[in-house]
Amino acid sequence: MSYEILGLSALWFFLFAYLIIASIDFGAGFFAYYALQTKKDHILNRLIARYLSPVWEITNVFFIFFFYGLAFFFPDAGYYFGSAMLIPGSIVLLLIGIRGSFYAFENYGSRKSKLYTFLYGASGLFIPAAIATGLTISEGGFLRHENGSVYLRYKELLTNPFSWAVVFLAVVSVLYISAHFLTYYANKAGDEPARKLLRSYALFWAAPQIIASLTAFIFISRQNPAHYNNMLDLWWMFGLSVLFFLIGIYLVYRESHYGLSFICVMLQFFFALLGYGIGHMPYLLYNEIQVTADATLPAMGTALLIAFAGGLLMLIPSLILVMRMFLFDAEYVKGKK
Amino acid sequence: MFAYDSVILARMLTSMTLVFHIIFATIGAGVPLLICAAEYVGIRKRDPKYVLLARRWTRGYVIIVAVGVVTGTAIGLQLFLLWPTFMQIAGHVIGLPLFMETFAFFFEAIFLGAYIYTWDRFKGRYTHWYLSLPVVIGGGMSAVFITTVNAFMNTPQGFTLDGRTITSVDPIMAMLNPATPSKVFHVLTSSYMTSGAILAAITAFFILKYGNNTYYKKALKLTMIITLIFSIFTAIAGDTSAKFLANYQPEKLAAAEWHFKTEKGADLILFGRLTEDNEIQGAIHLPKLLSFLSFGDFNSEVTGLDKVDADLIPPLWIHYMFDLMVIFGAFGILISMLFIVFMFWKKRDQYNKWLLRAIVVNAPLAMLAIEFGWIFAEVGRQPWILRGYMRVAEGAISSPYVHYVFAAFLILYVLLGTFVTLVLVRLYKKNPIQKEWEMRFPDTLFGGDQK
Ligand code: HDD
Ligand code: HEM
Ligand code: HEM
Repeated sequence: MSYEILGLSALWFFLFAYLIIASIDFGAGFFAYYALQTKKDHILNRLIARYLSPVWEITNVFFIFFFYGLAFFFPDAGYYFGSAMLIPGSIVLLLIGIRGSFYAFENYGSRKSKLYTFLYGASGLFIPAAIATGLTISEGGFLRHENGSVYLRYKELLTNPFSWAVVFLAVVSVLYISAHFLTYYANKAGDEPARKLLRSYALFWAAPQIIASLTAFIFISRQNPAHYNNMLDLWWMFGLSVLFFLIGIYLVYRESHYGLSFICVMLQFFFALLGYGIGHMPYLLYNEIQVTADATLPAMGTALLIAFAGGLLMLIPSLILVMRMFLFDAEYVKGKK
Repeated sequence: MFAYDSVILARMLTSMTLVFHIIFATIGAGVPLLICAAEYVGIRKRDPKYVLLARRWTRGYVIIVAVGVVTGTAIGLQLFLLWPTFMQIAGHVIGLPLFMETFAFFFEAIFLGAYIYTWDRFKGRYTHWYLSLPVVIGGGMSAVFITTVNAFMNTPQGFTLDGRTITSVDPIMAMLNPATPSKVFHVLTSSYMTSGAILAAITAFFILKYGNNTYYKKALKLTMIITLIFSIFTAIAGDTSAKFLANYQPEKLAAAEWHFKTEKGADLILFGRLTEDNEIQGAIHLPKLLSFLSFGDFNSEVTGLDKVDADLIPPLWIHYMFDLMVIFGAFGILISMLFIVFMFWKKRDQYNKWLLRAIVVNAPLAMLAIEFGWIFAEVGRQPWILRGYMRVAEGAISSPYVHYVFAAFLILYVLLGTFVTLVLVRLYKKNPIQKEWEMRFPDTLFGGDQK
């Protein structure tokens, strides 16, 4: 396999991993706020704090990893997205600033504040919405060339129903993934009230999730027919995705096998993102940036892949160690440590 | 027109983020070494007071790291948002170190998480301490990798350029450019020195405020020894950096030294003023010292600004940045040296009020030395963004919105800076050492005397 394709697969994998773990984090913020509003915070907050405080920095590194990887394997993509994303990207950074300080202040330092919980919850929905703009732009038609520079057509972006469909999908998916994971985690912690509450959230967000997915799918056909046709050729991947969606929901509904149901949710997104990604080929950014033609030079691509392999060799054992130490250590989860 | 404005604004925003980030990055890379040392001494001497010290430092450290992560993510993304043209070209070459830097963060973040949540969980005496090693290494390595990028901007190599396209790269050669050794050495040592100075200053402040006891004495001794060691290494590394500049970036050194005429046996000039026609007034001249600093020989020839194209001369005010950095460095060595000498010289009291006050002052000065050093190094690279290849103005974004972004980040940093200070103060006020001491060592008075 060529280094571009290997690199792209690694990036795709990181995007997928970020989608899952960041959604858990972002959604948890929203649920924490919602619970506070509906006076149910005593049920949720301990659980959320216990899971989130050890992992948020790791989540953030996934994000950095993704945009570094994209821009270094495909410097032209870095150039186009970098030029276009000044405003959405800066918004993401400001919101990450708010979230980062939330962890520092609420969890390590000081008292609870309602305003902060609100900012924390709201940022959890706005960050995915702003990041999703990147996916929207990649369908093509949102950029303008002028005097040798690239600009984002803000009006086009803000008035196009497709971009709003993507935003809607991003936000709903975050809540859906997060509710499923937290249900599983609450179950593992033996926290009965939290499990019940979160299970109801998981069920609630299922219908919007599937509606949002279908809407986005339909809008792609208008925005970018070529991509849409490629995806239709991969119909079985999306079929699998829907199948896992149904199994996942069924398991949660039956109140059994929460671990398995979360795996189904991951598989649902795995196949959807895979179908979307393969259908996106050969363009990274439609009609502007191609995977093979616009990759970095072979020497750099190879060096990045070697660094990547070496890094994984070092990281995977460390990650397993940490997971075993607390995330999945029954005593820790139950709050005895 | 707005293209020019957005260059200025992009520079201001980059500088603001970096100047803010470097505070947290310095502490983030340096303090783990002190935490690691304190815990080790504690285990080694079977003295739980040192372990308590490590524990309390770690709590504050975690908060600093949180802000470091936020500002670091900002600068990482801003490189692409504000300097797209620069990154499009340089990205082919500097991708490797930046990519490896993320692995270093990853490594650090994972083990930091493990370290802070597992204090009393292991049976083996050293097991928990081992977890601190990857944190020290991860922090150090991220500083190393990012510094190679900055070194590359000063002495680019390892690629061939044809017009605006890179036609071949050797990423390893780009990382190991001539500026890398001296820069990495100086950045790491100054980060350890500054971290030592900060923790020493906090201890000295408490002694001045609440009176002395054995706990504080232990803390101060440990931090001052580390400060002394690394301030000496920082000076050695600074000397190495000056020798590097003399050989590879003479215009930066000449601008910093107001060295206008190429000559043998050049004087070192401290402070002073420049008149309209570049006459130096009121400065201290140290005869032939610049030649010595540059090449280790009092009579060697040092390139002056007369050999540099007029439009390639960096701003001359970096002279003050350089002088202040060196003076603050000398102050750090002097203070920590005095403390250590007084420790052995029984006639003198190392806890004398004036010395303690100087130790408190030393911390902000060391941090300022870091800031001034970077400003000197970065502004001294002007007008280049990639020395010899690309000027700053060619690398920047042209967008009419940069000033909004600048304002938004200014507000963010002001808020973050205020909050982080408040939270740190509140954290230690809520859980003062006296209280924690009573909980952990109920049979001794605070400080270590038997009840
Ligand atoms: C505690 C901080 C600190 C202290 C006490 C010093 N420095 Fe420094 N200096 C830095 C912190 C620093 C830095 C922030 O780490 C810089 C900025 C860029 C770099 O590579 O290191 C730097 C840069 C820097 C450079 C420019 C390197 C380049 O552009 O490649 C030179 C020549 C020196 N230093 C020389 C010295 C000398 C002769 C010192 C005498 C004691 C000294 N520094 C003390
Ligand atoms: C970490 C400590 C650093 C600090 C405090 C710092 C500070 C500064 C300052 C003050 C400027 C503005 C110079 C001017 O406007 O004349 C600047 C410019 C810049 N620095 Fe650094 N810098 C640091 C490290 C780095 C590193 C490691 C990189 C490489 C990735 C970098 C990349 C840049 C870029 C792209 C610019 C804009 C171009 C320019 O104005 O020269 N900086 N930095
Ligand atoms: C020599 C100057 C710099 C040093 C020593 C340094 C070091 C550090 C350290 C110690 C952290 C805290 C991360 C942690 O502890 O997990 C950090 C964060 C970060 N820095 Fe810097 N940094 C420097 C300049 C820069 C520059 C110029 C960039 C951009 C290219 C950058 C990118 C980042 C990023 C992306 C993070 C966040 C990492 C995370 O999420 O864990 N740094 N940096």
